[in-house]
Amino acid sequence: MTAGERIRVATRKGLFALERGSGGSWTVARTAFLGDPVTAVLDDPRDGTLYAGLNLGHFGVKLRRSSDGGTTWDEIPTPAYPPERAVGDLDATPAGPSVFQIWALEPGGRAEPGALWAGTIPGGLFRSVDRGASWSLVESLWHRPERQQWFGGGYDDPGIHSIAVDPRDASNVAVGVSCGGVWVTTDCGGTWDVRTRGMFAAYMPPERREDPSIQDPHRLVQCPAAPDVLWVQHHNGVFRSVDRGTSWNEVTAVQPSCFGFAVAVHPADPETAWLVPAVKDECRVPVDGRVVVARTGDGGRTFEVLRRGLPQEQAYDLVYRHGLDVDGSGKRLALGSTTGGLWISEDGGESWTGLPARLPPIYQVRFA
Amino acid sequence: MPALAVEGATVREALDAVFVTNPGLRGYVLDDQGRLRRHVVVFVNGEMIEDRERMSDRVEPSSELFVMQALSGG
Repeated sequence: MTAGERIRVATRKGLFALERGSGGSWTVARTAFLGDPVTAVLDDPRDGTLYAGLNLGHFGVKLRRSSDGGTTWDEIPTPAYPPERAVGDLDATPAGPSVFQIWALEPGGRAEPGALWAGTIPGGLFRSVDRGASWSLVESLWHRPERQQWFGGGYDDPGIHSIAVDPRDASNVAVGVSCGGVWVTTDCGGTWDVRTRGMFAAYMPPERREDPSIQDPHRLVQCPAAPDVLWVQHHNGVFRSVDRGTSWNEVTAVQPSCFGFAVAVHPADPETAWLVPAVKDECRVPVDGRVVVARTGDGGRTFEVLRRGLPQEQAYDLVYRHGLDVDGSGKRLALGSTTGGLWISEDGGESWTGLPARLPPIYQVRFA
Repeated sequence: MPALAVEGATVREALDAVFVTNPGLRGYVLDDQGRLRRHVVVFVNGEMIEDRERMSDRVEPSSELFVMQALSGG
């Protein structure tokens, strides 16, 4: 199957594979883990391996891997925190964190096959170098003193939801943390800088407005062809960087609102991006009950509001931070909502076609 | 999950004995730090255990342990 003709949809009740038929219509071709929450999915473009992060609730976080495109799955080790039991005190009550959710799965660089990154709630970044057969906590980030300032946004604990590996240099990785700012390593996780200059947090006391470690980037994406350009849908606005996060500029022209979770950037054009605005900030429904996508083609100076084919009456579909994706051509987009609505555009967002299926609440859509 | 007969003086020792033969089960019952998962409960002869962190509750050779999931979510 050609790239961009399959979409993985991770939902509250399973993983769905959509495929594009010869006539251009999309159908659900396969389901997996029906009934189980799937919080992250990755098709590794380097070797075709498929990964799914599950959150079984009662039985915790699990990770599954398929080497045959999702026909069969193996259970593989899950990222886990090292035990923090006090040395020599086996009777002590165990303290310390436990992975609550896998919130991001990304491949490492092209030259490091099998290397993977996983972002989690409560805020740990994990790395595997063996296709998920083992995982290590990236302790250099976990032990940064600023992490104590991070706090939860939507969940009880903070989490890493975005991982952007620089295609020019896989040791350069930017991660987005809700609520903990944007962190960048240039030595494959050896050391980290927090990069939020220009961002502000309207929800904080005035004296902490620009505090880097409490910023809430809801979603961070990079332009694959120009990875110094980063886009962030932040809790109280949209921010853009052209120097890989060293400085940020607020994008104020978004219509009909600047609140939202998802952002996608064109794979070849860093000036073109899509957002899914909603009513801020505890309300979180589409403005006026109309689902729209805001698109800019000039780096955020101006926006068009795109709505053709999207529900325009009494629609309360919220799009989560991984609920919007663009394919490698920049023409095809997928949009999935918490109400289980899924729409696909084949013309850069100008028009959308809804999938007839009534899916469970959607956590992630991802082209493969 | 079929019933198993194992030895141990505490709930934790009994569970560890099960995990020896079925290591994949450990992560379903215990969290990263070895605590009982929040939505998992263990009964000993029909009584819910008290120590969910260390599972130090005593068991007798004839005790019957029952591991179950609470029903959470929707």
